[in-house]
Amino acid sequence: MIDFSRNHFDLLGLRPGFRVDAEALERAYRDLQRSVHPDNFARASDAQKRLALQASARANEAYRTLRDPVARAEYVLALRGVDAASESDTRLPVDFLTRQLERREAAEEAKDAHDDRALGALIDDARREAADACDAVARLLDASDPATSMRVREWRFLVKLADDLDALRDAQT
Amino acid sequence: MALFQISEPDRSPLPHSKRRAVGIDLGTTNSLVATVRDGVAVVLRDDAGRPLVPSVVRYGEHAIEVGYDALAQAADDPHNTIASAKRLMGRGLADVASDQRRAYRFVDGEGVIRIATRSGAKTPIEVSAEILKTLRARAEASLGGAIDGAVVTVPAYFDDAQRQATKDAATLAGVPVLRLLNEPTAAAIAYGLDNAAEGTYAVFDLGGGTFDISILRLTRGVFEVLATNGDSALGGDDFDHAIVDWVRNESRLPMLSAADARRLTAKAREAKELLTQHDAAPIIVSFADGARLELTLSRETFGRLAQPLVAKTLVPVSRALRDARLTASDVNGVVLVGGATRMPQIRRAVADCFGQAPLTDLDPDEVVALGAAIQANKLVGNREGDDWLLLDVIPLSLGIETMGGLVEKIVPRNSTIPVVRAQDFTTFKDGQAAMALHVLQGEREKVADCRSLARFELRGLPPMTAGAARIRVSFDVDADGLLSVSAREQTTGVEASIAVKPSYGLTDAEIARMLQDSFAHASDDASARALAETRVEAERMVAATKSALAADAALLAPQERNAIDHALAEVQQRLGGEDRDALSAAVSALNAATEGFAAERMDRSVAHALAGKRVDAFDSR
Repeated sequence: MIDFSRNHFDLLGLRPGFRVDAEALERAYRDLQRSVHPDNFARASDAQKRLALQASARANEAYRTLRDPVARAEYVLALRGVDAASESDTRLPVDFLTRQLERREAAEEAKDAHDDRALGALIDDARREAADACDAVARLLDASDPATSMRVREWRFLVKLADDLDALRDAQT
Repeated sequence: MALFQISEPDRSPLPHSKRRAVGIDLGTTNSLVATVRDGVAVVLRDDAGRPLVPSVVRYGEHAIEVGYDALAQAADDPHNTIASAKRLMGRGLADVASDQRRAYRFVDGEGVIRIATRSGAKTPIEVSAEILKTLRARAEASLGGAIDGAVVTVPAYFDDAQRQATKDAATLAGVPVLRLLNEPTAAAIAYGLDNAAEGTYAVFDLGGGTFDISILRLTRGVFEVLATNGDSALGGDDFDHAIVDWVRNESRLPMLSAADARRLTAKAREAKELLTQHDAAPIIVSFADGARLELTLSRETFGRLAQPLVAKTLVPVSRALRDARLTASDVNGVVLVGGATRMPQIRRAVADCFGQAPLTDLDPDEVVALGAAIQANKLVGNREGDDWLLLDVIPLSLGIETMGGLVEKIVPRNSTIPVVRAQDFTTFKDGQAAMALHVLQGEREKVADCRSLARFELRGLPPMTAGAARIRVSFDVDADGLLSVSAREQTTGVEASIAVKPSYGLTDAEIARMLQDSFAHASDDASARALAETRVEAERMVAATKSALAADAALLAPQERNAIDHALAEVQQRLGGEDRDALSAAVSALNAATEGFAAERMDRSVAHALAGKRVDAFDSR
């Protein structure tokens, strides 16, 4: 049987860790899909069809998680027994949250004033800070620093914020 | 004297005889069927050389007419002549637009739409099945025998109910569906394989009643859909209606009868098509009471009427680009699909949006069917050296109703399919014995703003305090983009026993009954047909098992091998007989006997993929 308990890195034949070669990841995913995708089994037995469906879905899940840096960081932490993505643990530093709240208000104001340049600057800012968080998380993970979780939560928050502001900007046009 | 070749009963005389595979584009306005012949995809034509079948069905006094014959009667027999049934697929009466509401006599009721005709109440699924039957007959006549497999296209933005309705229509029509394929993806295959293109492409598909935009990346034989968006109720028809409304206003027309409305709509469409080449088009309509209407529509006026609709297409475009995390300038090429993209207003808007002239080398009416035929040819096993892979997505998020009328998303939109995702839920009352699950599709947060797909119940929960139960709801979306949902209480293992009841579809029992009815009306003998279908399935299973054994018999222990051989022999023996139930049971037994073997082969192929080796010998066919 396919070992569905294997972790995402194992399944794709990659060395576990946050730093992943994007091209190697993509290649491994495609090679795997080429052999397990249901399109290869359109006329096969029902048992084989069912297996192809499961294996292909499993490959998609692994790729989806490892391709997205935030999800990958959370996953690496999960493999180390730390649940950074837990809904019950949403702790974030107060000054961080205050700053994001101010950002969101500034974005709403810029939108109401049809000031696209200001809105664009806010989005760039949030993206830059998210990129900084990414670098920081990579270093913290290398060092197995216990503060990683908090930084990952901040990072996810920033990415979400930037996406929301993007959507806000789209809605005004 | 010629020597006749007699082949063994289970062997085809030609070692690589081609299987009959077709691609079907079931369109709002027109439908087509195509196949791959000598390595080239071609649309199959009727005796008069026409590639299209107008998607119109007339329930006549003596017979059912489909296509041009039905279209010709549309104005004279409006209530029994159904056009654009695709817009009603997977929908309820409340969804029907006012213009379509006027066109037919709808039967009041919940759930799936029913239209009153002289042949009784018909669902859009049955109407679509008539079109599919016509296409099937055309394909069988052209290919010289029963179809082995078909790929049927659907708009990328079709939700689960609309996809399921399409698949049900194919079942009713006796079309063996290998896969439902998204229309823009089909077009990309037709284009991509022709041009050996690499890069990022946008497919802008404006059909008669639906609009799709898909962003794809093509790399080394992999078609990967990055994002899709659209509007499943926006198409060329709406431009016709805009003209009709303008005419009504200009001429202060009274309420028109259904027949007169059909006449006017047909003339509006003609004018729209004329304006592609000309600066002005006449609209001349003779009504039933002898009144005559004469107007001229200028290209300028039409441009003004079309503008809001054109603008409506650009909203999904920017959403799709955002979901793909791309900008318009990242797109290497834009492909236009669908007859409505012939309008110069659309071409200009697309060119402005992407900063480049769109690609139009393939006929926008035919390209979807051609791509579907190429995919069908591959799925059915007629490999001709093409080694490409398609990775598509679901267009709309799937979720479940939670407290307060909100939707908890379980599978986000643009997830690559197939996808399996689970989420845990809990009870909110002490001793709660049952849990009602409401499955929804859409992007909004409130239940009322999303589409209801199905409801089912998990019963027999043991008494627990509120919040103690852990109910894992699992969403499985297959490669057709079709969803199945299961639920299981984790601590006790209680499973949802109730089958999904579709909100706007047919149940399996209803489909079975319709099939029975159609057999009863036709001269076709139901049991003979059922036996023939079971035989096809059995032959497929025998062939799959033999090729698996030929490739990987070494993986089997003698005992396993023995069991498979035994089950195989049983199926082969039953194939010679007339007992459908016995044959069916033998096929099930063979399926069961090969289960472990299938798993081992799959595992091995995964291992090989990881080792960076392609396992060409690993071929299930």
